[in-house]
Amino acid sequence: MSNHSIAPDTSHGHHSAVPGDKPLVGHLVPIGLLVANGTALLLLTVVTMALHYVDLGELNIVVALAVATLKATLVGLFFMHLRWDRPFNQLIFVGSVVFVALLIAFVTLDTRQYQSTIRPGNPKMVQDVLDADAPTAPITAKKGY
Amino acid sequence: MTAIDSHATPLADPHAPAHPPGGAGHGDGHLHSKYPFLAHHFESPAQQFDSGKLGMWIFLATEVLFFGALFALYAVMRFREPQVFAFASQYLDTIMGGVNTCVLILSSLTMALGVHFAQRSKTGPLLVCLILTFLGACGFLVIKYFEYTHKFHDNLKWGPAFYMPVAGEHGAAPAPHADTKLVEVPPASGTAAPEAVVSNVPSYKTPPVDASTIKAGSLGPIGITSPSTAGEAGEGTHGAAAGHGHGDVPHLYDPDLPVDTHQFFAIYYAMTGLHGIHVVIGMGLMVWLMVGTIRNRFNSNYYTPVDLVGLYWHIVDLIWIFLFPLFYLIS
Repeated sequence: MSNHSIAPDTSHGHHSAVPGDKPLVGHLVPIGLLVANGTALLLLTVVTMALHYVDLGELNIVVALAVATLKATLVGLFFMHLRWDRPFNQLIFVGSVVFVALLIAFVTLDTRQYQSTIRPGNPKMVQDVLDADAPTAPITAKKGY
Repeated sequence: MTAIDSHATPLADPHAPAHPPGGAGHGDGHLHSKYPFLAHHFESPAQQFDSGKLGMWIFLATEVLFFGALFALYAVMRFREPQVFAFASQYLDTIMGGVNTCVLILSSLTMALGVHFAQRSKTGPLLVCLILTFLGACGFLVIKYFEYTHKFHDNLKWGPAFYMPVAGEHGAAPAPHADTKLVEVPPASGTAAPEAVVSNVPSYKTPPVDASTIKAGSLGPIGITSPSTAGEAGEGTHGAAAGHGHGDVPHLYDPDLPVDTHQFFAIYYAMTGLHGIHVVIGMGLMVWLMVGTIRNRFNSNYYTPVDLVGLYWHIVDLIWIFLFPLFYLIS
């Protein structure tokens, strides 16, 4: 709220009911900044695609998601005007992302715990289809349910 | 008056007068006659604008949670069976996905520029930006259509359909497959298979290359076989040509095919499909904005619809920014 303090009513003459070159409310982002942001997003897309062809092992997914997060931040800050938006709106959006991160963290916490209980092979329905329609498929022979 | 000039008046500003000093009070103060777009239940244009923004951001938060559940499902599936994702993602076209990412980013840029022009009462450039954004959405869906149809042709679908042999598929198949159900075929006779199938019709000749492309259903009962090989052969070559998109064997005959690979395509269609629905909705909103622009509804005083649709469009872009690496960039 600090940067949104109520200014004294000095510029009232500016704002008439007649539409003009300045928004009555809200923040105007310069064209140059928007184009620069779009260019940065395109470049980051090229970068992330190029990195896809470099084998970094486990790091590939980390790098790809880091670039995606950076791109999402750029979209939010500048295209969606979040940089100049109300703190409460910022809180709503960032909060939703945080809660999704929490959800993902909790549901994946114990994912590997049940790995030993997974029975190998295809579910019966799938295996029946395979046996009938694709007897030569290589996974036919796997142990089913 | 104060309320208008500070473009960021708090929603419930304790310092703002309950009614504008010069206003007549409830509903039809001078602000309402000055700004015809100002709804009677709002004190000022700033309050109306802020309310709209707040509502839109809450909606966007629900969108994030909506997709968030699917992202959580994706995370669980991928942690459980990373080999499925590594294998199946080779059937997604990274170049097409990358081009689509760029198309969406460009349409996001034109949308942001559209908001800029709306804020400056530049109706002509606003209309151009809206049309460009709409075309970007069309381009995205056209590319997606090509991706989907290619996968559907190759039976890269969810559920049991994933395990159906593709009609007309041949080449890497180690033995005839679909034919074996209706007619007993001596195993592994390779190109001699058609001869075996129709062995009581000695004059029936088929080019060896089409050995496994003949569907049992089209052959009919033994002995009544019609020599309608032309269409079948054509279909066979078509299937082979389509299969060359990846230059690989059909997925069913890939010895490395992991169990449960069909689940990758279930989550792929669920997430990209839901995203695609959002793109279609966005196109409808663009048309609505174009109509409003042509009717001169938007200017520097009132551009809230453009701004809010813009926010929606950016979040569609933002979700794709995550879908792209999660599906297309798996090594």
